[in-house]
Amino acid sequence: MAGSKMDIRTNVQSKGWSRGKIAFAIFLGVLVVFAPVLLQGFQTMSFFVRVLGIIGIYVLLALGLNIVVGYAGLLDLGYVAFYAMGAYAAVILGEKFVTAVQMISNVGLRDFLVSSQFIVMLPVAAIIAALTGLALGTPVLRLRGDYLAIVTLGFGEIIRILATNDFLGLTKGAYGMMAPVAQPLGLSQLQLLPVAIPAIGFNFIFSVNLYWYYIVVLLIVLAVFVVRRLDNSRLGRAWVAMREDEVAASSVGVNIMTSKLWAFALGALWGGLAGVVFANAQGFVSPESFTFMESVFIVTMVVLGGMGSIPGVIVGAALIAGIPEMIRGVAQSPLLAGVIDPTLASAISGYRYLVFGLLMVIMMAVRPQGMIPSTRRAQELHPEDEKVLEEEDQSLWDLKHGADRSEHDL
Amino acid sequence: MSDQTEAVVDTVPAAARQVSENVVLQLDKIHTFYGAIEALKGISVDVHQGEIVTLIGANGAGKSTTLKTISGLLHPKSGEIRLLGEVISEMKVHEVTAKGIIQVPEGRRIFPRMTVEENLEMGAFLRSKDVEGVKSSMAQAYDLFPRLKERRMQKGGTLSGGEQQMLAMARGLMAAPKLLMLDEPSMGLAPVIVELIFETIKTLNAQGITILLVEQNAAMALQIADRGYVLETGSVVLTGPGRDLLHNEQVRKTYLGES
Repeated sequence: MAGSKMDIRTNVQSKGWSRGKIAFAIFLGVLVVFAPVLLQGFQTMSFFVRVLGIIGIYVLLALGLNIVVGYAGLLDLGYVAFYAMGAYAAVILGEKFVTAVQMISNVGLRDFLVSSQFIVMLPVAAIIAALTGLALGTPVLRLRGDYLAIVTLGFGEIIRILATNDFLGLTKGAYGMMAPVAQPLGLSQLQLLPVAIPAIGFNFIFSVNLYWYYIVVLLIVLAVFVVRRLDNSRLGRAWVAMREDEVAASSVGVNIMTSKLWAFALGALWGGLAGVVFANAQGFVSPESFTFMESVFIVTMVVLGGMGSIPGVIVGAALIAGIPEMIRGVAQSPLLAGVIDPTLASAISGYRYLVFGLLMVIMMAVRPQGMIPSTRRAQELHPEDEKVLEEEDQSLWDLKHGADRSEHDL
Repeated sequence: MSDQTEAVVDTVPAAARQVSENVVLQLDKIHTFYGAIEALKGISVDVHQGEIVTLIGANGAGKSTTLKTISGLLHPKSGEIRLLGEVISEMKVHEVTAKGIIQVPEGRRIFPRMTVEENLEMGAFLRSKDVEGVKSSMAQAYDLFPRLKERRMQKGGTLSGGEQQMLAMARGLMAAPKLLMLDEPSMGLAPVIVELIFETIKTLNAQGITILLVEQNAAMALQIADRGYVLETGSVVLTGPGRDLLHNEQVRKTYLGES
């Protein structure tokens, strides 16, 4: 397919990066790496680091779901199931791994393995989540649209309910489970490097929250890289074709079944990874973290940000995960101590979902293609050409009787 | 009634086979069901190298079912479909496509938000390793349809119906088909355009492409076809060279609207 020649997005994506774009990317990179250090250093702001970690996990989830919803065009309302699979896999198998390496007599090696257990669990959970994706994908392949959404919704609930009911004695039910190890690899060494500038109240200690923030950022970078490659791949083109017209896609030789299964598996994988980070960062996993509401949020992030658009999805996730947490965080933070009455603050944070719902309604009415839409997706939702609409509105009668006016102007 | 059908088929002289001995596609007593309903009742059709073969018949005669069965959307309950001797009746759609049977679906079904060129690129989806071949196929397609070349950066959905039909056919050609199946290419098009499309089908055929054409517009189809099969309620009731069928009294009465 020789580079860009056969690249179906050639005409849509701008080639190369302008100088401004590069500068912006560097600025963003510096911000992502160093801003949390500053936040961590000032005690009143340190809660933001935790919020950023949470946002990061949702960004990862949204990037994963974007493969299923944005690229393959399959509405999955049970994505949280893969997140749950990853989290529980991390806890259950992580525990087993830790127990197993206790046998090792070499203390140094043993400690190293124990503290790096989550790194081992990342690929394991990713594979488990991907297999779960296949397990869900296989029976629902023939379903489309609403029906698919309903089945995936049910699937998400099944996973949560299995966890709540201590399935096979694995999950300890509603009590939840503790993550195996508190101190992840290298954290204690990093904590030996405190930086303090007492004059301005800066006192930096490498916190657990900061550690997991950086881990999740690394995973996001990996996800963006992989997803971009996917988008421009043969599979990516198959998805575009499938989204536009399944019959036409299969008539040019796209295997609809495997394309959908790949979407489910490759989407689920990131859910699994996010689950591992969540379980270890939180130190605790219980079924109530994986409710239907979570799935709805993740779908909302993708839709609001812009289906099929990587920057869109990231911004969507950052806003939707971030705004409620920020409101809560700010309302309870010492920053506002004395400014706002604590009871009023918590009352405000109680309304956060109302504000948020209102935003969503406005957004969908004004800009249904999302905040940063993918070029191709925008066309699908806003057919700028009347002909496209005309085609779609054409009835069978029109077709059979040649009533389409556009035919005569060839 | 089915006895009578068989009789008609058997009386068709070998004249029809004179075009070529080289059979590309062979349907051998195909029975296809929609649930309990038997839609195809033992259809046998041959398509030879370099021919235009047309299936004509009224609504519900089984024309589209036959195409669907060939392309792998439906599978026959009994009977065999062979492409160049290889049995393909149990294959899936994309496998049949990979074997070289390319269907230009009814109602055109181009990718409306892809540009003309992207549509063509999609047509070569299974030839991704054959970069040179794809390039030359695209040049050929543009040669055949200069109109598409003019609009290569335009969205498929913005084309007129006739142009979309051209695009659908060009997309089919991009797969380097061994057999091109056209499903109702005249559907919903103005008469002038229909003529243009049929001219193009003839040109394609002259370039060596074997064509299986399904049409309701029996008069047009029979004029360009080497051979035709007349379908009625899931059976072949008549077959022969296109011109013979065109002048056949029964065909004229039933399908050409003459009394």
